[in-house]
Amino acid sequence: MSSRIKHYINRFEIFLRHRTSITISFTMVMAILVLGFVVSNFAPFDPRRWNVVPRDQPPSQKYLLGTTTLGQDVFWLLTYSIRNSIILGVVGSVVGLAIGGLLGLIAGYKGGLTEKIILVFADTFIVIPGLPILILLSTMVKKQLNMVLLGLIIASLTWGMPVRNVRSMVLSLREREFTYTSLFSGFKIFNVILSEYTPHILPWVAASFISRINMAIGMEVTLAVFGLSSLGEATLGTMIYWALQYQSVLRGLWWWIFAPVGTVVFIVLSFYMLSGGVAEYLNPRTRLYRIVTKEEVEESE
Amino acid sequence: MGVITEYIIPRIITYLAVIFIGITICFVLPRLTPLDPVLLAINRFTEYGQYYDPESLEKMVETMKELYGLKGSILEQYVNFLRRAFTGDFGPSLVNFPIPATYLLSKALPWTIGLLSLSTVVSWVVGNFIGGVAGYFSEKRWAKTLSVFATSVYPVPYYIMALLLMILLTYMIPIFPTYGATSLQPSLSLAFISDYFYHAALPTVSLILVGYGWWFLSIRNIVLHTRQEGYVHYAQIMGLPKRTVLLRYVIRNSLLPQVTGLSIALGGIFSGALITEAVFSYPGVGYLLLSSVTNGDFNLMMAIVTYSILAVATSTLILDLVYPLIDPRIRYK
Repeated sequence: MSSRIKHYINRFEIFLRHRTSITISFTMVMAILVLGFVVSNFAPFDPRRWNVVPRDQPPSQKYLLGTTTLGQDVFWLLTYSIRNSIILGVVGSVVGLAIGGLLGLIAGYKGGLTEKIILVFADTFIVIPGLPILILLSTMVKKQLNMVLLGLIIASLTWGMPVRNVRSMVLSLREREFTYTSLFSGFKIFNVILSEYTPHILPWVAASFISRINMAIGMEVTLAVFGLSSLGEATLGTMIYWALQYQSVLRGLWWWIFAPVGTVVFIVLSFYMLSGGVAEYLNPRTRLYRIVTKEEVEESE
Repeated sequence: MGVITEYIIPRIITYLAVIFIGITICFVLPRLTPLDPVLLAINRFTEYGQYYDPESLEKMVETMKELYGLKGSILEQYVNFLRRAFTGDFGPSLVNFPIPATYLLSKALPWTIGLLSLSTVVSWVVGNFIGGVAGYFSEKRWAKTLSVFATSVYPVPYYIMALLLMILLTYMIPIFPTYGATSLQPSLSLAFISDYFYHAALPTVSLILVGYGWWFLSIRNIVLHTRQEGYVHYAQIMGLPKRTVLLRYVIRNSLLPQVTGLSIALGGIFSGALITEAVFSYPGVGYLLLSSVTNGDFNLMMAIVTYSILAVATSTLILDLVYPLIDPRIRYK
């Protein structure tokens, strides 16, 4: 058992050392996650509450990132916001990917009329300008809006692209020789998909999972500008919203506006870098290349 | 003939489906929620303390229902809604009461079209050209620097990009105006045109920056594959000038998927323009949408959403129909 764990740790280390960009972006993502999910639990008070600290204080030792006009501590508020934004991003990403992936799989395998109907709907959702509908939808449910619901709404508008991607992957995999070999040797189609196709689809799934978190976070930030995010909750978008509402830029309260804006940029860049690295690392072609070169190295040793 | 049945007809079917599904979504969404727009509107009138006797209030509700298309069975409402959508009748705007919502929209539309077409064309041309060249010379140091720049610009959400530019160039280094589209009356004079570009500069730049990153990265990937094709090697061995190989062989052939990419990305670009306008208080559709949301102007919102879908779907269709003219594989069929 312990040797297995060792094996996984070993492989993880190989992954981390594969590229400097992976090492850096993984560290950045971990820092974000720790800040959002660990550090936020140590907040001395509920950071969302108003008037718990003196107003408009610049960053100092006591208030790491300063305080807001509403009397909130920017640092603790930020940790809460990161957590909420990540939750929302993950929900939006997973659900959108699952719906789109499943429909793409069905479209690719069934073909015929089923495929055509699915594709027409998917194309519609790809072409339609998402933002106005997103705004319409959020206006409707503004009162009940929470992170999970927001994630679901975002997912319901962004499932179109994965359908196309997965379908074209299935179409190409279906005609490969190994599919026929497995089917003729008596494998069930489900098992073929599970054991043979996963390595081919996995890099795409991993990369788009991460980049879709970015997309969802960006959408929430945008919705918040329109005052349509759940404003009582702390998210990166609502932090920016309140900072702008209280004219923080004009009044020189730069820490209030730059903390969430900088965090969004930091999150988005590190997730984007990581998604590129993961896709490249998991790609069967480069993996094969790695295995081959590794064996050569071992042989020469 | 082959082109028509294999390419054009499926595109037109998709176009009709997009419009149909889009408009149906607009119809269904408001009816799924407990919010009653009529009640909201009546509340708006009565909350200022004015007294209405019950009978006239009842009449008002009736008229409102008709204005909102909420009369009759669901099917009747739906047919009515479709008819209204195609005749452009969305009833009066609630905030600017007697003015029709479509009139407000038609006032805002030219600004958005100006902003959008300029930034889309510039970012597509510049991004694809620079990305193509950088992909061809991908080992060079400057090419690597450029792609690091694109990589760090592309994933940043439109809104954040616009906000950063605004803070940087209107507050910290105040060289651009903070809001509005012009400070002069529209005319064909030189002063107005330069004023227009002065106001449009920052919103356009923010749109171009984000778009540039995407076009740069996607064509760079394509070029990395294209430059290894047999015909490119052949052209190089033949001793053709480097410029010819680059422009005529590599970039030209890599551009085709980018045209399709543009038609797919159009919806996103449009949404981006809406955000940018909201940030810079640019008097286009985005700004109108922002004010309609903050004021609860339901009719105006419906008009904007419906026409956004119509506009984006139509431009996508036009782009798709132009595509066979450029793609030799479809042209010679």
